[in-house]
Amino acid sequence: MSQPLIEVEGLKKYFNLGRGNILKAVNGIDFSINEGETLGVVGESGCGKSTAGRTILRLYEPTAGSVRFNGTDIYKLSPSKMKAMRRDMQMIFQDPYASLNPRFTVTDIIGEALDIHNMAGSRKERKKRVEELLDLVGLNPDHATRYPHEFSGGQRQRIGIARALAVNPKFIICDEPISALDVSIQAQVVNLLQDLQKRLGLTYLFIAHDLSMVKHISDRVAVMYMGRVVELAPSEELYANPLHAYTKTLLSAIPVPDPEIEANKKHILLNDEAAGPIHSKDGAPSQDLFNLDNSQLVEVSKGHWVAM
Amino acid sequence: MALHNELIPQADAAQLSPEDFRKIGANEKQSEVIQRESLSAWRDSWERLLQNKLAVTAMIVMLIIIIMSIIGPMISNFDYQTNDLMNTNKAPNSVHWFGTDDLGRDMFVRTWMGARISLTVGLAAALIDLMIGVIYGGIMGYFGGRVDEIMNKFAEILYSVPYLLVTILLLVVFEPSMGTIILALTITGWINMSWIVRGEIIQLKNREYVLASRSMGAGSGRLLFRHLLPNAMGPIIVTLTLSVPNAIFSEAFLSYLGLGVQEPIASLGSMINASMSAWNLYPWRMLFPAILISLTMLAFNIFGDGLRDALDPKLKK
Repeated sequence: MSQPLIEVEGLKKYFNLGRGNILKAVNGIDFSINEGETLGVVGESGCGKSTAGRTILRLYEPTAGSVRFNGTDIYKLSPSKMKAMRRDMQMIFQDPYASLNPRFTVTDIIGEALDIHNMAGSRKERKKRVEELLDLVGLNPDHATRYPHEFSGGQRQRIGIARALAVNPKFIICDEPISALDVSIQAQVVNLLQDLQKRLGLTYLFIAHDLSMVKHISDRVAVMYMGRVVELAPSEELYANPLHAYTKTLLSAIPVPDPEIEANKKHILLNDEAAGPIHSKDGAPSQDLFNLDNSQLVEVSKGHWVAM
Repeated sequence: MALHNELIPQADAAQLSPEDFRKIGANEKQSEVIQRESLSAWRDSWERLLQNKLAVTAMIVMLIIIIMSIIGPMISNFDYQTNDLMNTNKAPNSVHWFGTDDLGRDMFVRTWMGARISLTVGLAAALIDLMIGVIYGGIMGYFGGRVDEIMNKFAEILYSVPYLLVTILLLVVFEPSMGTIILALTITGWINMSWIVRGEIIQLKNREYVLASRSMGAGSGRLLFRHLLPNAMGPIIVTLTLSVPNAIFSEAFLSYLGLGVQEPIASLGSMINASMSAWNLYPWRMLFPAILISLTMLAFNIFGDGLRDALDPKLKK
């Protein structure tokens, strides 16, 4: 078994909404990711997946908890050490239309990280590296001087991937990298990500709400609900043998390509309209179907953890 | 039946055998090639602006006014302050193109001198607004939270003081001059700009490309000057263009009240004021400055509107 590259412990991120209301976006999550592994994170919109991803990269300061990268707690690093650490951890964003600065050329978008970390000695070197990266993600290096609006969604996402790869990171958080793309392009991008993982030995945290895609790409999957991990298991195991009621609900929502089966399938519905991650200061914690405040992750079989 | 006959040759052509097809393969690299000429966002906006005939006309009028206010006084044989009491209140003629005023001064030279003063005041006030507004608004928007709250309250308080009152007080305390007018116009004028910048920065700072830059370790300076401000430039330029005619009008208004630049220096507002006493006898003394000031404001406003449409086509309904 390989070493954990990332260890997340008791991570919490609360947002103060004013007037005593607190949004507990991430409410104590623990997991670790081994080197070269892909951990999928699934959950409904607003369950804290993206906030968790951004907090792990320290784009948000955490409320509590720690994230250790190769044993170093990144929340304790000084700004200059943190900057150096950022070379190892990168992110691919959801919306390829919002994640590229419209005033930059492709060269500047990809080269920005090289400038920040002084990784390119000369302009020539920088240009060469950018062309290398474009080639790596399957884009035509002749397009380096063009602007983002000239590219299609899939091409833009590949520019985003090239940008993340520019600093030779070990760990990449993919924050719903395919949900804004056409289905035909989704496969292209996922295959590219898997291919890059093999070639460069990357470790992924793959955030998504497309369950079939997560199953396809992940070694293990964590299911999040209202800021917490409710179940964590190897992906085959999770899909074959879901234990937590929420996971079952989520899996029942996967559409089956056979219309007859789909029509007769029983959807499990969750009556959680009263539930929400916003807590008021004086009041009791919000309605919570699964009593998550008093539950803990328990290992029920090897590698299969469930909140009980 | 004619339709049927026409269809027959096509039906024959459709009888193709598999041998008629040849596999030429798919070149993925080829399919990625972009044919369109590469355009930066600025070039794109510029070309869109050039397609707007009204805006282009306004731009040409603006340029003519600016150029004439620079060279206008030079191409005439007269200067703006020499009295010629033998030739007072002359109607426009071949010597005095715009006529003369009550002291026999050449109206052509005085009108363009007035335009020069008005434009200088307008542009200077707009540029000072821009500098203060971008810095103040940028800090408010970028840092947010408590800083934003306090700075915004201060701006609101300043904004709530009647602007005309402040201006008139200032002009009473200080000597009326061009500098004083610019000061009076900018003392509250920058607030609008700072709010525009603040709104833009707040909206932009959570964009994913800014997060991406932060995740690579970019500092505040890079984020502000490479990502946030360049992308906020469109609304900033539009606000700037639209604040110029405002300042010009305010200057003319203050000069009309006699609070502006003092004689013998000409200003469009003070020239209109001076012509008021005998406007029905010597209408040209009012006509030329009035036309020029209207034209200037119209041109700047139309150009500003065109600029807004060109820089942000989504805003156009």
